[in-house]
Amino acid sequence: MSDLTPSVPAGFNTARVTSESPLVRWLLVAVALLFLVFILFLPLMAVFIEAFRRGVGAYLAALKEPDALAAIRLTLTVAALAVGFNIVVGLAGAWAIAKFHFRGKQLLLTLINLPFSVSPVISGLVFVLLFGAGGVLGPWLATNGIEIIFALPGIVLATTFVTFPFVAQQLVPLMQAQGTQEEETALSLGATGWRTFCTVTLPNVKWGLLYGVLLCNARAMGEFGAVAVVSGHIRGLTNTMPLHVEILYNEYNFVAAFAVASLLALLALVTLVLKALLEWRFHDAIAAGVNR
Amino acid sequence: MTVGGLVIRKNRSVIPGFGITLGIAITGLSLVVLIPLAVLIMKAAGVGPAEFWRIATSPRTLAALRLSFSAAFIAAGVNAVFGLLVAWVLVRYRFPGRSILDAAVDLPIALPTAVAGISLAVIYSPNGWVGSLLAPFDIKIAYTPLAVVLALIFVGLPFVVRTVQPVLEESEKEIEEASALLGASRLRTVFTVVLPVISPALLTGFALAFARGVGEYGSVIFVAGNLPFVSEIAPLLIVIRLEEYDYAGASVIAAVMLAVSFIVLMLISAVQTWNRRRLGYV
Amino acid sequence: MSVSVTVEGIEKEFGVYPALRGASLTIDGGELVAILGPSGSGKTTLLRVVAGLEQPDKGRVLFDDLDASTLSLRERRIGFVFQHYALFRHMTVLDNIAFGLRARPRRYRPSSDEIERRALELLDLVQLSGFEKRYPAQLSGGQRQRVALARALAIKPRVLLLDEPFGALDAKVRKELRRWLREFHDQTGHTTLFVTHDQDEAFELADRVAILNEGRVEQVGTPRAILEKPASPFVADFVEGTGRSTVRGSVQGDTDHDHRTASVSILRRMPAGTI
Repeated sequence: MSDLTPSVPAGFNTARVTSESPLVRWLLVAVALLFLVFILFLPLMAVFIEAFRRGVGAYLAALKEPDALAAIRLTLTVAALAVGFNIVVGLAGAWAIAKFHFRGKQLLLTLINLPFSVSPVISGLVFVLLFGAGGVLGPWLATNGIEIIFALPGIVLATTFVTFPFVAQQLVPLMQAQGTQEEETALSLGATGWRTFCTVTLPNVKWGLLYGVLLCNARAMGEFGAVAVVSGHIRGLTNTMPLHVEILYNEYNFVAAFAVASLLALLALVTLVLKALLEWRFHDAIAAGVNR
Repeated sequence: MTVGGLVIRKNRSVIPGFGITLGIAITGLSLVVLIPLAVLIMKAAGVGPAEFWRIATSPRTLAALRLSFSAAFIAAGVNAVFGLLVAWVLVRYRFPGRSILDAAVDLPIALPTAVAGISLAVIYSPNGWVGSLLAPFDIKIAYTPLAVVLALIFVGLPFVVRTVQPVLEESEKEIEEASALLGASRLRTVFTVVLPVISPALLTGFALAFARGVGEYGSVIFVAGNLPFVSEIAPLLIVIRLEEYDYAGASVIAAVMLAVSFIVLMLISAVQTWNRRRLGYV
Repeated sequence: MSVSVTVEGIEKEFGVYPALRGASLTIDGGELVAILGPSGSGKTTLLRVVAGLEQPDKGRVLFDDLDASTLSLRERRIGFVFQHYALFRHMTVLDNIAFGLRARPRRYRPSSDEIERRALELLDLVQLSGFEKRYPAQLSGGQRQRVALARALAIKPRVLLLDEPFGALDAKVRKELRRWLREFHDQTGHTTLFVTHDQDEAFELADRVAILNEGRVEQVGTPRAILEKPASPFVADFVEGTGRSTVRGSVQGDTDHDHRTASVSILRRMPAGTI
């Protein structure tokens, strides 16, 4: 428009020309709503309703069960380790990609995003092939008494693989958009590289980093397929929460299964809320990754 | 020599840390991603072409691959239609609860697949919420391929919606006005002017949902029935082979799946490049 | 088509923001009229109301004697050229131009050969023959401008409306296209209304100029009439400096010589046949 006409307030339908008739609109909204309720909300509701089917007492008892507690502990540990690793590598990779020019940048990016395209089961398979009893390093590990598969390290590795791209994917576009000027200024003022990183770069990317960590964590805690392959399903030892849910369900212990599942569902909801909050408040400070 | 502090000489810049950060990144990448994948490729290739072909085309493998690919295709197709609808409604209309719905679209990504899996099982099993309603009509959902499709619809929805949404948001109102002024009906405007512009994004979303669906495990196995040749998905077959210590078998199937994902991704990339060139976007 | 356009007392509010407060204007068939005014004066809104893209709160638009509110957007047959052309990027130049013809209901639609023929004819008219298979991304700004014009003309519009037609072009192209548009108009004779904030452009191109301020038409007249007798202090202020590349100072206080020079300099800028 040539005028500086202020943007029309929302709800104003000046666009009679560029919109569907009200009837069509309401119809489309209704269909979309029905679809979403059926596909999304139904499963979500089912988790909580089934969890409380025998009342609050049974619900709490299921959660206090030692194996359940062990599963929760393991999940938290694995997530912390995987997310921690991915933060370090993600920051390093994003720094290298965003602040420098070098050949193979695009290749590096593609490789970093590779785990997104790999089935979770395959993500676990690769580690079994490497560290499993019949795997490449299997015999060597056995003679040295090192357990990777069917133990914590294997689970951490598989989870790290699956969640590898999340942090880097948020940081790279963000740091690229922010450029190198501030860092160069700091350096020219005499700061060391490390100090520059901590006091200039990190604060600039903190919201993007937080966003990436949020997504990374949600996936790390909830990962099932990859962990199922490497864990051996040993109750109380190598069961993460999702695996524990599987075991309980297969034993027809539905209430307990859904009780543990409800914790994971709560985690998902909290993740969604935080995600929406971060997007709303800090959308300029967050890059929109391919998978939001 | 530097201009503005940046690279003139290869990789030398005012900013320090190139070596170490690149080193960390590549080391991490190799340890966790590249080497394991390489081992898989080696294992799969190591069986030799003849054996590879035999395993890949054995009846059970083919059935599993067929199920995974076709269910993923159908689910992605359904998501393309309804995902487009959801994106349209979220972008163009204002109604109460819109922002909650917008956030909720990400649920399948945030929710652990096992949780989704047991939920779907409980809903669609014969004495479940929906299953019991349909049982009198002799319609079974759980433990059939249909259940696999439903699970994959759940899993793939965000990929379509989130890919189409930003493109719809950027769609210029003026081309719709121009179209209307030229005499086109609203229907024609939507189908010949608006949708063609977002169709590459829709295709990308479809492909992403498809790729995700092919590899999906947790949401499917509780509700699929897992009968060989009938309702057994490829990822499950990989797990079964592993439990049998048939590493070679598992690797071959995995390699086939990876190859398909790779091809799909290449196709997406090609479509996006072609389209960008045609429409003149940077 | 030389249809006359009558705008009567148009009022339009966007929420609490009054874009138009009773704008009236009469345009004779075949005229080329400029709507001129500062930002926020309502000129684009006025154009959009005439086009039918906005519905006025009060007032009406007449084409000859026909009340436009009785017409659907298609029936209005408005040729509109947007400031940024709004070409269909995924369609070739030919398909863009043919769009309006193909969009007609089957009953009124010419055969596809006929449609193609007409589109090529229009392409020739805007001097872009040979470009039919190109995509908008492959065209320069001036070329896109002309494709947009051809596209608008394809539906044989009653009126041609142009929103800041040269706003998105650089100065040199702008000057050439101005000349081109005037010749084009003389050749084809459509009733044409264009919006601009550029006084020189308005005064150079138009048969008559309507000056808008804060949602009202302050004055309508030939460029010379406006310069000689500004209807209000706002108009006088606004057009000060227009067409005065050879003369300084107000028209009123000039000597005869200066006055004649001023007139001559204006006349020199004006296309023949408008005095």
